[in-house]
This record gives sequence, structure tokens and C-alpha cells, in this order.
Amino acid sequence: MDTNSPALRRGWHVAVALVPAAFLALFFAFPLASILERGLTSAGGLSLPAGTGALLWFTAWQAAASTLLTLAAGLPLAWAIGRFRFRGRSLARALVLVPFVLPTVVVATAFLALLPAGYERGIWAILAAHVFFNIAVVTRVVGGAWSTIDPASSEAAAVLGAGPWRRAREVTLPQLAPALSASAALTFLFTFTSFGVILILGGPGRATLETEIYNRAARQFDLHAAAVLSLLQLVAVAVVLAVASLLEARAGPASTLADEGSVLRRPIGRERIALAAVLTAAALVLVLPLAVLVRRSLGNWGALFRETPALLVEPWQAAVYSVAFASLAALIALVVGGLAAVTLARRPAGAVDGFVLLPLGASAVMLGFGFLIAFDTAPLDFRSSWWLVPVAQSLVAAPFVVRIVAPALRSIDPRLREVAATLGAAPARAWREVDLPLVGRAFAVAAGFAFAIALGEFGATVFVARAEQPTLPVAIFRFLGRPGAENQGLAAALAVVLAGIVVCAALAAERVAEGRGRAL
Amino acid sequence: MLSVRGARVAMGGHEALAGVDLDVERGTTVAVLGPSGSGKSTLLRAIAGLQRLDDGSVTLGGRSLAGVPPHRREIGLMFQDDALFPHRDVAANVSFGLRMQGVAPPAAAARVAELLDLVGLGGREHRRVASLSGGERKRVALARALAPSPQVLLLDEPLGALDRALHDRLVTELRGLFDEIRQTAVYVTHDVAEAFAVGTQVAVMREGMIAQVATPERLWAAPADAWVARFIGLTNIDERGGTSFVTRPEGVVFRSDASGDALVISSHRDGPVVTLCARYDDGREIVSAHTGLAPLTPGARVSVEIDPAAVVEVPTTIAREAPHPSAGDAVG
Repeated sequence: MDTNSPALRRGWHVAVALVPAAFLALFFAFPLASILERGLTSAGGLSLPAGTGALLWFTAWQAAASTLLTLAAGLPLAWAIGRFRFRGRSLARALVLVPFVLPTVVVATAFLALLPAGYERGIWAILAAHVFFNIAVVTRVVGGAWSTIDPASSEAAAVLGAGPWRRAREVTLPQLAPALSASAALTFLFTFTSFGVILILGGPGRATLETEIYNRAARQFDLHAAAVLSLLQLVAVAVVLAVASLLEARAGPASTLADEGSVLRRPIGRERIALAAVLTAAALVLVLPLAVLVRRSLGNWGALFRETPALLVEPWQAAVYSVAFASLAALIALVVGGLAAVTLARRPAGAVDGFVLLPLGASAVMLGFGFLIAFDTAPLDFRSSWWLVPVAQSLVAAPFVVRIVAPALRSIDPRLREVAATLGAAPARAWREVDLPLVGRAFAVAAGFAFAIALGEFGATVFVARAEQPTLPVAIFRFLGRPGAENQGLAAALAVVLAGIVVCAALAAERVAEGRGRAL
Repeated sequence: MLSVRGARVAMGGHEALAGVDLDVERGTTVAVLGPSGSGKSTLLRAIAGLQRLDDGSVTLGGRSLAGVPPHRREIGLMFQDDALFPHRDVAANVSFGLRMQGVAPPAAAARVAELLDLVGLGGREHRRVASLSGGERKRVALARALAPSPQVLLLDEPLGALDRALHDRLVTELRGLFDEIRQTAVYVTHDVAEAFAVGTQVAVMREGMIAQVATPERLWAAPADAWVARFIGLTNIDERGGTSFVTRPEGVVFRSDASGDALVISSHRDGPVVTLCARYDDGREIVSAHTGLAPLTPGARVSVEIDPAAVVEVPTTIAREAPHPSAGDAVG
């Protein structure tokens, strides 16, 4: 009948969807299938290595303990940021985000430098680093929800005779519940699959599923055990995700939605003291590890330009490789993730989104390990190819690109395209004139975060980086694994460089994001 | 000018359009009036090319629009919530269609200024759209739709969600503007007063079909059936099987009469018009409308006089598939 040929349009849609699908099939599904095949078929079959029970138990309880401690540490700050208007509030919001974007290797290096001798490796170091790392999740998610709770609901309860505790328990807490369970689930997932922190701070005998996969594959060359553990990790992550979404569904949506501007108020009376205490404590916790890291690095900057037995290149060159690989990875992630987002945004948010976000849960270490065993035979023998590094990093970053770009695309009123069409814009022109400018900002934010994530990526990169082209996290890890103050100092110096680049990229992205939606 | 023939659209198992015929003469405005869900927006989207027709045709100036995509139809569209481009200022919104036509920037700027003058926003080229008031947004949306000189302008409930005073003022302005520039327009609304104010012709839609097309005057004088009469606000309907008798309220007079057979039960004023409702002793109700002051108040006993010329005999319902002859009095 009328309108533009639907067959042609569908063909175009399929072509757009095919690029990310093919990329995911080759670099995600295929390595995963290789792990599956290796785990199920080689000698021994699907038999769990000895000690797996203890491994699983430690992985779970350290994640649970980390989550509880993070909630306890993050809630006061969420209260401060979600309820009050004070000078430096937006600075506080930005500072809280800094640990979250810091690479795990940097955080681990900082806590090695911070904690007193005897405590710098072990469970306490792990918990402290996890809290430091994830406090942003609780603060931003719960604080954000808190700032949209209409104060009228609490006032109504007060008029009906409810005291402060009653109001907190029966009015505020139920409205915060979805945000609380969401941030707890995220924190649990992050700490359950934590790799760099545990590998570096765990010390001997402290291994989780994630680090044990690395140990078996890269140190003991027991690929079969590594594959079996990967499968176990996959199942465990699936269970965690399922429980998380179940919790989220039961909590239901937050009831009252108010404008942030009408909720925030100046603190009065004792609130001022409490607020000051919370902010001071937070500043100490957030700044101290980084300050100690910088101090540890002092006196070692000159060594960055000297050859060292730990690396095949001069240390500063790792920064060059890092930036080059991360730029390329960000570009790949933008193309693949952007096209995936365009495809996903054509239908309402739902199950397909989860599929694309799977790499996020499947863990970087598993990805790196999958690369190791999938691409080792012709015609797919890429083991010595430099580009495996940016490809692996882009897979870790792409889900974040989708997360940022797809909602932006979905939020575009379809009538804008229709208006453009009735004003004479062909579909491609309408996309360029309407969609692209409206999501341009989201793309810029996604580029910044993809770059920051790729730069700090450790779990997958450590498997595929070549010795003569180390990235910063890999180089830091090498230095930390060697004895002597000079090696520790060099690690700290490189960690400062890495942190500096990542924070600049993330702050630039955050600045772009301001005014339109939240990046996190 | 614009002609729709046998338009059908099936949506999720039911027919949003069940065979619509509609003609719009050059320089006139047809108001498409119907309750929500009657298919009027679907009809508009089909004319614009945003909705595929399952059957039937749309022709513009004798040219079939089958297979012509929306951006080549030379048909303008204005939405209820304006759909202004949030990332462009007023001038860039208005000039969008001109740029698509390849109009040179100086000529486009002149045309933008001319249109902003026309809609009463002269000199506001560089305002950000986020800073506009509701009325200003409407004016920008209108200027943007008119800028490429569309052969037909479609308006989808353009004045919904406005406060009443602004709404009434804009209705009057729109009517005057369409007359001034002799714009051919199709105006969709669910508001009877708005349709009567803006339409040269009013097309009443029901369940995906046009029930009647007529001038507002003719519609009031001779509704096609009891449903149309009730929908346009004629409530004095006496259904007797297949035939109904519709009495226009201005032909009904209540006389104060202690031995009358009806009791006034309500009275309300809307501007110069007073509407009274009375209940007969047998339970039937009848409405009377007149101008001037109202001496009768609820509780007054009255006798009812009806002007025979104000009574019209109509079918209770027109047949669903074959339109009743009286429904076609303005079609074609």
C-alpha cells in the first residue's frame, strides 16, 4: 500500500543488528563454548577439583560480608547526599564516584600501602578495599532514591502521630527498599566476581572462584580444572542474578516520586553536627588511601624511565600501550555497543537487554581464559595478536555503552521522528537530525566510561597481554609480585598515573552527563 | 483536494478504520470529531503516511499517495503535545522543514520571521524551546508545520491540555489564521465546541467509520441518527424503536405554571446561555436552552411548550455497513 518499503527497512534493521551479533558470537559465545567443551569433555569429565566447596564458601561469605559493610558505610553518606542541600554537595557526589571508577589494581595497590604491616594482606584488607570500592554504588543509588521521596509522606505520618523512629521504619525505609536491595545486589555481584583486589590483597591461601580460575589456568596450566571452575562460576553468577532480580521484583517500585529540588533542604540543629561528622569521615575514608598511594610513589618517578628486570619495556611505555589499547577498545565498544543499543531500543526494555549485558556477569577472567583456549588453533590462532587486548577490553566495556545509550535512544519521543518526516526528512536524515543530536551526549558519556573501564581492565587483559606490550594494570601487578621497596614504589607510581588518566576520563564523562540523566 | 476512499486499518484484532471516506475541499477545514478510540487519530496518521492502510486509498490533488513516504507527501502535522525538537531553538525548529526542502538560509530566515509574525511570536527566533510557555509552544509548533507550505495541514488534538481561556483564544486565532492564508486543514478533536468553532465541515467518527459529514449548522439541525445527536450535545431524544425524535433545546420553552406537568430540577449558566432541565411527572426529562436572564429556579412547576420546527425525526442507529442516505449529505 503506502509508506516506505517495509522489506527494505527490515533488511537495514537486520544489517544493523548483525554487526554486534557477529562480534558477540565470535568473541564471546565462541570462547564460552570452548570453556564448556573443555570442561565437559576432556579427561576427568565434569569432576570438581578438590577444595571447591571451601572455595565457593569463601567466595560467597566474603561477598556477603563486603556487602553488609558497604551498606553500613554507604548509608550515612546516602542520607547526607539524599536529604540535604549544602555547599560542596555536588563535589561530594563526584568524589564518591572516584573509587568506583578506579581500576581494581590501583585500589589494591593503595591498600597495600595504607594498611599496617601484618594486615596488608588477608581478609581485612579485602573487606576494606571492597567497601572503599563499592561505597559509590550504595551512596549514589540509595541517595538518588532518597532525594525523590516526597517529604509529604513523612509529614503525613507525623501528623497522624508517628514519631521519628516510627516514620523511618514505616515510611522512609519501605520507600528506600528497592534502592537498598538493588545496590546490595550490585555490590554482592561485584564483590562475588572481584578479581584484582583478591588476587593482590588475598595473600596465600585466600582464593575465590575468580582468582582460582586464574591460578589454575595461568600458573598451574591445569586448563581442565580452570574450565570446570569457570562453569561453576557461570552457574553461581546466574543464581546471584536470579536472586537479585527476584528481590527487586518483590520490593516493587518506589511509591512517591518527588522532584529532587523540592526534597533537599538545609540541615538544622543536630543534623548539622551529624552531617559534618559523616562528611568528614567520608572524606577521610575516600582520600586517605589515595594520599598514601601518592606518598608511596614519591621518589620512584625517575625509575619509570629506567629498564627493570620485572618488565621487557621501560615502565612508562606501559602507559602508552594502555592508552592506545583503551582508545581502540573504547572505539570498538562504541560501535558494537552503539549498534546493539540501536537494535535494542526498537523494542521495549526487557529480556533481550539482559542477554547483551551477560558479559558483565560472566566475569572478565572467564573471558580472558576463554580467549586463551579458543584462539589457539588455526585458522583462529590469535594468541600472539596484539589486538586481542583491545577486543577483550571492549567486551568488558560494551555492556556499559549499551546501558548508557539504549535508554537515551528509548527516551526519544517517536513523534519527533514523525514530525521530522512530515517536514520532509527521509528516515536517514531524520535519524541524523533528531536522534543523533539527542543521543550525542550519551555517546560522549559512554565513550568516556568505556575508555576508563578499558584502561583499568585487568581480569581479561592479564590473560591476553603480550609480555612486550604490557598495559598499566598488568605492569603494576608484575611489580607488586616482586619483593623490594623499589618494586612497590614503582607499582605505586604507575598506579598514580593510571588513576590520574582514569579519573580525568571519568570526570570528563560525568561533566558531559550533567544536565541530562545520570551516568550511573 | 484531499480525498480518502475506503480506508481500512486493522490494529490488534479490531478495525481502527473500517472503511472511511472523506473529502476536504481546498481552503477549507474539516474537523474530525469523535470520542476517544473512534479512529480519528489513526485516520490522521494514515493521511500523513505514518500508518499503513490495509485497504483503500488517499489522494492529494488527484495524485495517489500510495507508496509515497511521509517526507515526500507535502502534508504537515501538528501534535497535541507539540513535539518540538528540544535540542533546537525556536528559529531552528521553524526552519527545519525549509532546510529539508533545500531553501537557502537567508530565504529561510525571512520565511521564519514571517511565520513567527503570523503566529504572534515575532522576534523570538532565538528563544530556547524549554523556556516557552504552553501557548508559545503551540504557536511554534504551528509555525513549524506551516513553514514548508504544506498542501494540507493535519492537527491532532492540538489544543488539548491547555487552560480554558488560552484554549478558547487559540481556537479563534486558528480559525482566523486558516481563513487568512486559505490553508486546507484536517483538525482532529473530541471537543464538540472546538469542532464547531474551527471546522468548515464537521466529520463525526464512530468506531472507525464516519457517521456524518456536515456543516456545524446542518449537523445541529439534522443529526444523522440518535447517537450523533447525543454526541454533539442534543439530549432531548425520544427513542421509539427504529425512529427517534430529537428536540433541539432552543425550541423548548418552560412556562411557570402551578398546574404544569413538569418540575425544574436544575439550571446552569454558560456565558449568555442558560440551560434548564425539567422532569415530567411520568419521569421523562427535557432540556431547555435560552439566552437572557433566567427567572426559573429548581423546584419551580412548569408547563412545557415545544416548537414543532425544532423537532427532527432520525433513525435510532444508522446501519453499520451501508451508510444511511442521510449520512451522505455532504460526502462526495
